[in-house]
Amino acid sequence: MFLSLLPSLLIVLALVSVFLYVMPEKTLSSLLGAKSGFLGVVIAALAGSVALIPGFISYPLAAIFIKRGIPLPTVAVFITTLMMVGIMTMPIEIAYFGKKAAFMRNFLSFIGAFIIGLLIGVFL
Amino acid sequence: MKKKKILKDYFWIIIFFIFIVGSMFINYEPGRQIYINFEKFFIEMILFLPLMFVFVGLFDVWVPKEKVERHVGHEGGITGTFWIILLATFQAGPLYGAFPVAYLLSKKGASPRNIFIYLGAFSCMKLPMLTFEINFLGLKFSLLRTLFSLPVFIIIGIIMEYYLGKDYKVTQPENVKMG
Repeated sequence: MFLSLLPSLLIVLALVSVFLYVMPEKTLSSLLGAKSGFLGVVIAALAGSVALIPGFISYPLAAIFIKRGIPLPTVAVFITTLMMVGIMTMPIEIAYFGKKAAFMRNFLSFIGAFIIGLLIGVFL
Repeated sequence: MKKKKILKDYFWIIIFFIFIVGSMFINYEPGRQIYINFEKFFIEMILFLPLMFVFVGLFDVWVPKEKVERHVGHEGGITGTFWIILLATFQAGPLYGAFPVAYLLSKKGASPRNIFIYLGAFSCMKLPMLTFEINFLGLKFSLLRTLFSLPVFIIIGIIMEYYLGKDYKVTQPENVKMG
């Protein structure tokens, strides 16, 4: 199990390492940083909804965000949408749950992510 | 044949390391920086991963499916919801990996509410992932995020049941391969 995961794990680690180097601090913090305010949170939510990143890589990525000064609520929204909202996997979800349920679940999860972000902002 | 597969699996990693080693030789600064990042991630990863796999393996064997599923139907109430969250938190994998389980749960009589609570818990309360999250994002942030997501996905489950009706069933897709 572990060995079969290892190649993709190493590739992702390599990609994140490159991403960390290539992504200029300024671009990242101007997109998602404190100055961009609520728009930054929305961008984070949209990115998290579309992106398909395995959990074990979203945390190191989020750690980069925090180190680069992205506000914690924005990071929380990004992680939550990454985990709960799946635009890319929507066809699979529709096949199991039907259009109505799939759209509603993703929509509610999207809203829910903002609530979680808001609570993080209040308590941290 | 096996060698070929290994070569294919590790192709990009080999390219990556050739790039790194080459960078070291010609003193190419970006390459060095990227390697420093990679090393940090790799060490963190190797410290945590074995723990997670032991975790996942044990619960895969120890938690009897049939028994849990019996308690999460319409009569299950709060206890049923508790069980379903417990079931989800001890699993691992991407959300779409939970869809076949959701179908199975639905077929065996789990209520729509519990099925969507299961998906919610599966996506953001997995314990193996939590150990990982704490590792990277700190105890306070991770615990609070998990704690706040709990009421959010329970409410989502309740809304979903209200929206879809109590008799809603997850269907087995015809043209999507079962996980």
